[in-house]
Amino acid sequence: MSRPAGSARVDYRGSIGSFLCAGAVATVLLAMVLLFTLLLMRGAGAFWPRDLVEWKMADGAVYLVEEIETQADGAIRARLANRELYDLDFKIARPEDILSRSIPADALRLERSENGPFHGYLVSEGEQSWRLRAPDGAEIELPAAEVLRKSYPNQMGLLQRLGAWFAGVARFVTDEPRNANQEGGVWPALVGTSLLVILMSILVVPFGVMAALYLNEYARDTWFVRLVRVAVNNLAGVPSIVYGVFGLGFLVYGVGGALDHAFFSDSLPSPTFGAGGVLWASVTMALLTVPVVVVATEEGLRAVPRERREAALALGATRWEMLRHVILPGARPGILTGTILAVSRAAGEVAPLMLTGVVGFARELPVSGEFPYLHLNERFMHLGFHIYSVGFQAPNVEAAEPLVYATSALLLALVLLLNLTAIRLRARVRRSLAGK
Amino acid sequence: MTQQPTTSLGRIAADAAARRPRSEAPPGPVIRVRDMDFHYGAAQALWDIELDVPRGQVMALIGPSGCGKSTFLRTLNRMNDTIEGTRVDGQVLLDGANVNSPDVDVVELRRRVGMVFQRPNPFPMSVYDNVAFGPRLHGKSKKAELDERVERCLKGAALWDEVRDRLKSPALSLSGGQQQRLCIARALANEPEVLLLDEPASALDPNSTAKIEDLIFELRGRYTIVIVTHNMQQAARVSDSTAFFLKGRLIEVGSTRTVFTNPARPETEQYITGRFG
Repeated sequence: MSRPAGSARVDYRGSIGSFLCAGAVATVLLAMVLLFTLLLMRGAGAFWPRDLVEWKMADGAVYLVEEIETQADGAIRARLANRELYDLDFKIARPEDILSRSIPADALRLERSENGPFHGYLVSEGEQSWRLRAPDGAEIELPAAEVLRKSYPNQMGLLQRLGAWFAGVARFVTDEPRNANQEGGVWPALVGTSLLVILMSILVVPFGVMAALYLNEYARDTWFVRLVRVAVNNLAGVPSIVYGVFGLGFLVYGVGGALDHAFFSDSLPSPTFGAGGVLWASVTMALLTVPVVVVATEEGLRAVPRERREAALALGATRWEMLRHVILPGARPGILTGTILAVSRAAGEVAPLMLTGVVGFARELPVSGEFPYLHLNERFMHLGFHIYSVGFQAPNVEAAEPLVYATSALLLALVLLLNLTAIRLRARVRRSLAGK
Repeated sequence: MTQQPTTSLGRIAADAAARRPRSEAPPGPVIRVRDMDFHYGAAQALWDIELDVPRGQVMALIGPSGCGKSTFLRTLNRMNDTIEGTRVDGQVLLDGANVNSPDVDVVELRRRVGMVFQRPNPFPMSVYDNVAFGPRLHGKSKKAELDERVERCLKGAALWDEVRDRLKSPALSLSGGQQQRLCIARALANEPEVLLLDEPASALDPNSTAKIEDLIFELRGRYTIVIVTHNMQQAARVSDSTAFFLKGRLIEVGSTRTVFTNPARPETEQYITGRFG
């Protein structure tokens, strides 16, 4: 490569800079890839039908396990199931302690409503109760009502496993949680998260857009307006738990309490709106995300060319008609950007919800087929909080671990899906604004 | 000054005048400007402007950059109101009524005095919706009526044949020259009495410029047109009368032919012979 002699030094410095910058990008990418891989592998892996392996141990014990992973020290970590028989959900054994490992074809896996899954063998399948044989040979009886699903994973081919995997994922998304959230699905949390995000968007987008319109189109550039703008920008940096405290103190106890006294005094002292619920959580989230919408909308408004404003005015449009027909449509990409950011933030934020109405397990959904269909005062479940509650508050944290990863992967997928939808929508609006 | 310093421009003006139908009597002015000063905040931009714009004719405003000709144009439909801190003194009379008096409805004023800008600025909507924008604002929403008006204005702007099959396609997909004619059609759709053109062809290629000039020629008579232009050949070709601005003052106004062949003031002569500007 030939270059002018004088430029060598400049190029050298440039290459160091570009090396560092490229390194930073690579690190960020690597971190992202690691995050996604870990969540997807662990999350998706939770539904893959694994072989049931019979371990005959040196001490004479016999187990039927799902082998999860080989640890760094060479020991194998395996899922035991049969919670009524063992104290632990997982067994960690060194290979030398295992006399033999085999894959019996008739090994049975049951999903049960109590005590988690069962690994063993089927003796007889009755109307009232099932007779089963545990891995160590002991016979046990199980009420038929407790059996949810039976499968013989060791007999499954790849396609069958794939089918079982899809069915498992579908059940995870659409089922209610069971057994203190440690099993079953996350449907109520998914509904709660979606409802929260929708309610929040309905609240925050009109308010944010109107505030931005005022700041950008109506207000003169005085010190007060500049102060408001700085304040709005800084609101975005307030820790989210502080919003939670505000939501609890002002919305739940203040506004909610007043509503209860005014309209629901019959049912006092038990609160109706004076306790956390999906409405207050949505309002709190809307407060939290309003700066994002304001800032993005202002950007969008500034992007509308001056010529276009003048064209509208010169045709005899009033200021409002200009805003309504020309400026706001032109600012749609900015408004959509704000909405995307607000929605992503609200879908993932947990701290303020813990104070304003989220619960680990809600008996009822906040939406139902009964009038008034939408129960704004109901407490609700949320994917983000579900991760915390399953991962750290479930009675048997270890057993629930696969669900933590699966729920995380689902939350991530949901946020990505929302973002992608909004980005595509924005691209389409931009194209139509550019006349293509 | 016995020699003809402006031969080519003068010839263009003479040729153009010869092509025009001769008007019988000099028409009365539609706009009369009396003793007008204009300020941007503390800075004065126009001094003592006295000018009559004859009805149904084309008047060109020429002058070097920053001479105030665009500012003057924008006082005629009060577009300067949109800039903070501006002030107009004196009178701008449209059919005898002062456009700056408080009881004038600025919306109605801008409907009567349409404007086309230097850069084509169609809205990001369909061709049809662009032309229908003004009529809809002013309460015309019957489909048949709108259809008829859109077609008439697009024909008036010599654009109909090019867009008749793509009325629903986005206006921004048109070429620059087409966009500018669309902006003229959009202004015509308000059925204005006066059309203000602020360097309407300066952002266009020669071919599109020629089309705009033909169009101005077509519109002459039906509308009063005031056009700001940097291009003196253009002024000579399209206008009946020409006003020369310099440093915020109106130096000379007269028939285009006279201004370009036999200017009364030495500054005008210097400008049109290209000695400054």
